[in-house]
Amino acid sequence: MTQFFIFVRKEFSHVFRDRKTLLMLFGLPVIQIVLFGFALTNEIKHADIAVIDNARDVASEQIIQKLEGSSFFHVTKTVMDPRQTEEVFKEGKTKLVVIFPGNFYTDLLHFNKAQIQIIADASDPNTATTLVAYITAIVNDYQASLKGQAPLPYAIVPEVRMLYNPDLKGAPNFVPGVMAMVLLLVCVMMTSISIVKEKELGTMEILLASPIQPILIILAKAVPYLLLSMINLVAILLLSVYALDLPILGSIPLLMGESALLIIAALSLGLLISTVTESQQAAMFLSMMGMMLPTILLSGYMFPIENMPKVLQVISNVVPAKWYYIIVKNIMLKGLGFSFIWKETLILAGMTLFFLFVSLRNFKIRLQ
Amino acid sequence: MLFVAPIIQLLILPQAANYTIRNINLSVVDLDHSSYSHKLSEKIFASGYFRSSGYPASTSEAFKLIEEDKADIILTIPNGFSQNIIKEGSQKVAVSVNAINGVKASVGNNYLGNIIQDFNNQIRTEWIQPARINSQPSIEIVSAYWYNPLLTYYIFMVPGILVFLVTMIGANMSALNIVREKEVGTIEQINVTPVSKSLFILGKLIPFWILGNIIFTVGLLIAWLVYGIIPLGSIPLLYMFLGVYLFALLGFGLLISTYSDTQQQANSIMFLFVMIFNLMGGLFTPIESMPGWAQVITKIIPISYFIEVMRMIVLKGSSLRHILYHTGIVFGMGVILNTWAILNYRKTS
Repeated sequence: MTQFFIFVRKEFSHVFRDRKTLLMLFGLPVIQIVLFGFALTNEIKHADIAVIDNARDVASEQIIQKLEGSSFFHVTKTVMDPRQTEEVFKEGKTKLVVIFPGNFYTDLLHFNKAQIQIIADASDPNTATTLVAYITAIVNDYQASLKGQAPLPYAIVPEVRMLYNPDLKGAPNFVPGVMAMVLLLVCVMMTSISIVKEKELGTMEILLASPIQPILIILAKAVPYLLLSMINLVAILLLSVYALDLPILGSIPLLMGESALLIIAALSLGLLISTVTESQQAAMFLSMMGMMLPTILLSGYMFPIENMPKVLQVISNVVPAKWYYIIVKNIMLKGLGFSFIWKETLILAGMTLFFLFVSLRNFKIRLQ
Repeated sequence: MLFVAPIIQLLILPQAANYTIRNINLSVVDLDHSSYSHKLSEKIFASGYFRSSGYPASTSEAFKLIEEDKADIILTIPNGFSQNIIKEGSQKVAVSVNAINGVKASVGNNYLGNIIQDFNNQIRTEWIQPARINSQPSIEIVSAYWYNPLLTYYIFMVPGILVFLVTMIGANMSALNIVREKEVGTIEQINVTPVSKSLFILGKLIPFWILGNIIFTVGLLIAWLVYGIIPLGSIPLLYMFLGVYLFALLGFGLLISTYSDTQQQANSIMFLFVMIFNLMGGLFTPIESMPGWAQVITKIIPISYFIEVMRMIVLKGSSLRHILYHTGIVFGMGVILNTWAILNYRKTS
């Protein structure tokens, strides 16, 4: 046991000696949480749109004013030849063109019917459909104001309550996701690289020749990263509460415990990667290239999992970040207790055991 | 592995990226049990946007479904619903939305609101003379979706993900390269040769530049064979921009390499930047929606230009004059980054 602690101390001095990496290790999660917590939102605001107003009457001008007044749109061009539409789209900035026909207001007055044409740049389908929906809502509003103030009889009035996130901000959705991603990737990368490094530089032989058990050598490598990650976790949580205004409604010890579980899962995954790679570059490719996009896309915080094809829904189950994301959402935002997340916890724990088991079987005591 | 990993990701991941919001789980708490309340819930589920997650008997039971993530929205139809509509002339229904994902919440709420509105109009026509309804002025909106009329999301994602994969490979390889020689010790052998600093950096750059082109080509082939995406614009133009972009990107990687002493350092620095490239380059979330300071960051990272240009050329067929500005900026970045890397590289320690 004393031997083990001596090895742990040795690993700590490795970590502390490399100041630049240490700085990155602490700086990274902090920078990322703040940056992405504030910057990421899948809301669509301030989209550039162009208007072709052939009518130039009261109605078209009032609608244009309403469009300009909303935070969704930024009307950049008001005078334009319809034939320029394609050119405007190809320049890239303009997302949508609204066309009012001539006699818009007179048609509306005399025939009770008028048309507005919208051409959307649907190369981004999400933005296109959302913007068209916004315009429809604004025009409907305008239409309702034409009808006068008298309330219609036989009305059903929905009273809407937005739970957990009444201001519909981006942070409550993205912060747990970014937390999962940052903790996972940093731990996987750091452990796998620090072990492979010994192989690559040839120092692994020296370690293996020492009287301590090989498995303890590897465990000693993981200890400093476990500790550093827990400190990082505290920093991340403090930031999300005080900088991003995201409360922790549930139990903090529970959240810490679950996070420790994720970190241990990540460390064991890192260990697994280190047993199957021979160079730091390969380890880095596996842990960064192999894991970054799947973690972002399949954990559910960027794109809803229920919309994916069935195969991908199944694949998403092997992404550890998915389960942690669910756990964090439930504890932080919904304030739920352990009885609601025991299943996810069990799955994460099972994954950890699996990673550990496979990497111990793969771990070679002798070098070729 | 260098090739296999990106190919697999390009094959699988674009399918996962889909913002289209449907299959919203809705629980109806029907305390009225009248023919109107039945018709309303039938109409809602017939719309195709909503999936029933059961008819809980009470609101508290329904809230439990939200906590377990089995329901996204609860619609509570109170007792006396149909009577009150007719007798009192107005009736409230309660809609509670799980709003952790703000966009999903507001879209779902809008869908539901429109359906309720529709249903409301149906009731009105039952009770009011139809003539009075039709005399309201109405504005019809006709919308056309260009470049992607079927609104297929992966058509939008594939070009962007390809750019990201090329970026990740290029940045990682170049960032680890010089520092690897430092760590293993072979750099000293190069330092004692008469090769000049700029030639050395350039020599490092060219193989990666070629490799980047190959990976990009493989990606374009996949986009064509698997997703049926053929660039609308000129393909040589695409490669021209790729060339300029790789020059800037690899310069950046080499610059990081000259600043680090170990691969682990280079790796952790690169990780920070790749994450920023990934999440702030406009790949997943729109740049226009970011706060002002974040938009400034997107202006100084080269990947945001390439993602934009790629989407412009591939999806819309933009030509050289539309991307001159982007090309100029990225080329400028390349010159600065490479000069910096050459100046920062020391042959003597």
